[in-house]
Amino acid sequence: MRLEILNSGYRFGTKLLFGIIRLFSGYPLPDAARLVFYRPGFYGDPAKNFTHRAMRGPSAWSVGDRELMAAYISRMNECNFCVKAHSAVSAKAYNNTAIVEEVLADLKIASIDLPLKATLIMLGKLTRENSINAADMRAVLDSGVSSEQIEDALAICFAFNITNRLADAFNFYVPSDKAFDAGASYLLKRGYA
Amino acid sequence: MKITNTNFKHLYQALIDRILKGEGYSTQQDRQAAFANKNVQPPLDLLVDKVAHQAFKISDKDIDMARQSGVSEDQLFELIICAAVGQASRQYESGLTALADATKKEGGPYAS
Repeated sequence: MRLEILNSGYRFGTKLLFGIIRLFSGYPLPDAARLVFYRPGFYGDPAKNFTHRAMRGPSAWSVGDRELMAAYISRMNECNFCVKAHSAVSAKAYNNTAIVEEVLADLKIASIDLPLKATLIMLGKLTRENSINAADMRAVLDSGVSSEQIEDALAICFAFNITNRLADAFNFYVPSDKAFDAGASYLLKRGYA
Repeated sequence: MKITNTNFKHLYQALIDRILKGEGYSTQQDRQAAFANKNVQPPLDLLVDKVAHQAFKISDKDIDMARQSGVSEDQLFELIICAAVGQASRQYESGLTALADATKKEGGPYAS
C-alpha cells in the first residue's frame, strides 16, 4: 500500500495473526482486511460495525443482492479491487456468476427483477453524481421497493463509497482470482465483523 | 467489542464522531476540513479533492506531493479517511433526504 505504516506498521500480535492467516488460508490477508487492523479504534472498528450491519444485518435484500450492490457501486467508482472482491462474493451467494457479469456489463439489459434493477440504477446515479432527488426515489418506490429496503441500500452505498476511495487512495494490491475466491468464501461465512 | 445498538443512524454517527472528534495525530480542525473538502491547505487540498471526486486516478505522485506539506504518515492516513468518509456521507445524506422527500404525505406539510 502507498503508506508504509499500512505495510509494516502493525503491532506484533497483529503481524502474528497475519502470518497465521497466511499459513492456514494459503493467501496473504487482502489489503482491505489489513487496513481495518491499522489503529482499529480510529477507523477499522466503527467502519466494520457499520459495514457488517449493512451487508449481513437484517434486511429484505438477500446477501447476494447486497454484494451485487457493493460490486455495482464499485464499478461506478472504477475500483478494480472492490469490483473483483464483491462480484466474487455475490456470485458465490447467488451460486450464479453469469447474472453478476450481466449486471456489471450492462445493467439496463440484465435479466434481474425490476426492484433490484431500479435500486441499482438509483445507487449508480448517487455514486456517479453525488446527489439524488425525490423523483429518483419515487421511481424506486414505484418499482415495488420499500422505504426500508432503500435505507438498507443507501447504507451499502455509504460503506462502499468509503471503501472504494480508500482502496484507490491507499492502492490495495489486486491479487489473483483464486485469492479473491478464497476471500469470498471467508466473507460469505464470516461477514465483515 | 460487542455492539449492542445496531441502528444505522447510531453506527453512522459513531464512525463520524470517532474520526472527527476522537484522538488522532492531526488536529480536529484539519480532519474537519478534509471531511468537508473545504479550507484544506495546499498542497494537501489536491489530494483531499481527488479522494473525494476521482479516487481511481490517485497515483504515487499525488501522495508524494501531499507529503511535501510536512504531514506524517499517520496524519495522511487520518486525512485520507476523513476525505473519503466525508464525501460518502454527503452522498448518503442526499439519498436519505431524497427518500424522506419522496415519502412525504401528499398535500404538503399542513395536510392532516
